[in-house]
Amino acid sequence: MSAELAMPAAEEKKEFWRWQENTWIEEGMDWRDAKVITCGIDVGSVSSQAVIVCDGVLYGYNSMRTGNNSPDSATNALKGILDKSGMKLEDIHYVVGTGYGRVNVPFAHKAVTEIACHARGANYMGGSKVRTILDMGGQDCKAIHCDERGKVTNFLMNDKCAAGTGRGMEVIADLMQIPIANLGPRSFDVETEPEAVSSICVVFAKSEALGLLKAGYTKNMVIAAYCQAMAERVVSLLERIGVEEGFFITGGIAKNPGVVKRIERLLGIQAVETKIDSQIAGALGAALFGYTLMQKQAAKG
Amino acid sequence: MIANYGYKDGSGEYYISIDTDNCIDCAAGRACLTACPKEMFEIITDDYDDEVACVKKNFTRTLAFDCADCKPAGGYTTLPCISACTPGAIKHSW
Ligand code: SF4
Ligand code: SF4
Repeated sequence: MSAELAMPAAEEKKEFWRWQENTWIEEGMDWRDAKVITCGIDVGSVSSQAVIVCDGVLYGYNSMRTGNNSPDSATNALKGILDKSGMKLEDIHYVVGTGYGRVNVPFAHKAVTEIACHARGANYMGGSKVRTILDMGGQDCKAIHCDERGKVTNFLMNDKCAAGTGRGMEVIADLMQIPIANLGPRSFDVETEPEAVSSICVVFAKSEALGLLKAGYTKNMVIAAYCQAMAERVVSLLERIGVEEGFFITGGIAKNPGVVKRIERLLGIQAVETKIDSQIAGALGAALFGYTLMQKQAAKG
Repeated sequence: MIANYGYKDGSGEYYISIDTDNCIDCAAGRACLTACPKEMFEIITDDYDDEVACVKKNFTRTLAFDCADCKPAGGYTTLPCISACTPGAIKHSW
């Protein structure tokens, strides 16, 4: 089985915002053969991930919605991958926490910011050619430059407003009563591309969307207008630090072609593709940080 | 590393950027810490174990308001933070 994504079955539950929680392990690997096992835990505002890396190679992950508090979210995320792999916490040599809840991961040896972890994760997922990373997280957006080893050289974060983030997309999914995974494809099912909704605030975008429906827009047109607004917003963020070739998108919205294709169109550049779930970039980077630290420790003796 | 702190909203772009490579062996004796009347800067150990300056989290969403006293509407020639940081690490976008 590959780490590729499947479409969620949210429609029957009528929870249109609900994206698919995911657990995956590389069946061709046996973690018992690994010399060094490290784990990254990313506790974000909307989703939490646990990633296991064996000798510097992605072994498995669990991605789920963040719960009521960071310690429980971290524990549950890890439990998903431990249960699937038969591994125990004691089998893991080093744990790195990241995300907004990174200092509240009870079993972490170290906390690293999500900026550094996303750069490192993107470097693994997209290769050493990745230079510009756009992380579209649950409630913030980050634009990052990195070098060929995934070390951050420039970053900018906007956490002032939920527009252009996963949370904003969830709101639109609920409002339109369309499963979140269908928003992107449906945004292209329009005869003419509508203008972006004008508001950059998710609260106002919601009332504007309702106004457009009343004015005769189809749901697909409203979604297209919202995807375009999101794309324009994050592109203006990216332009502040500049976009270099080797452009990579992480976070849940990287799975939404309605936003990704519009960003690519606005930038005139194609994002580097990956088969690995874009939502695990932060946790993967954290696990790789752990691996590097273990290697440094071993070198010191 | 260039670290940009701030935001963009309907009224403009408000970012303070710090070229943290200058902070590692700061030639200004960490003058940013005392020069800012709002004490907006602090020294942190970053993810690569370097000790660098950053803008405190509680200011990053309100920079336009917080820096207003240093930036009177009639104009200004210099800012305390920029003057104090002689290595030239600090820049304002507005
Ligand atoms: S911002 Fe300027 S004064 Fe402050 S630590 Fe960095 S180089 Fe020194
Ligand atoms: S402009 Fe004034 S208030 Fe703003 S960071 Fe500089 S010294 Fe501090």
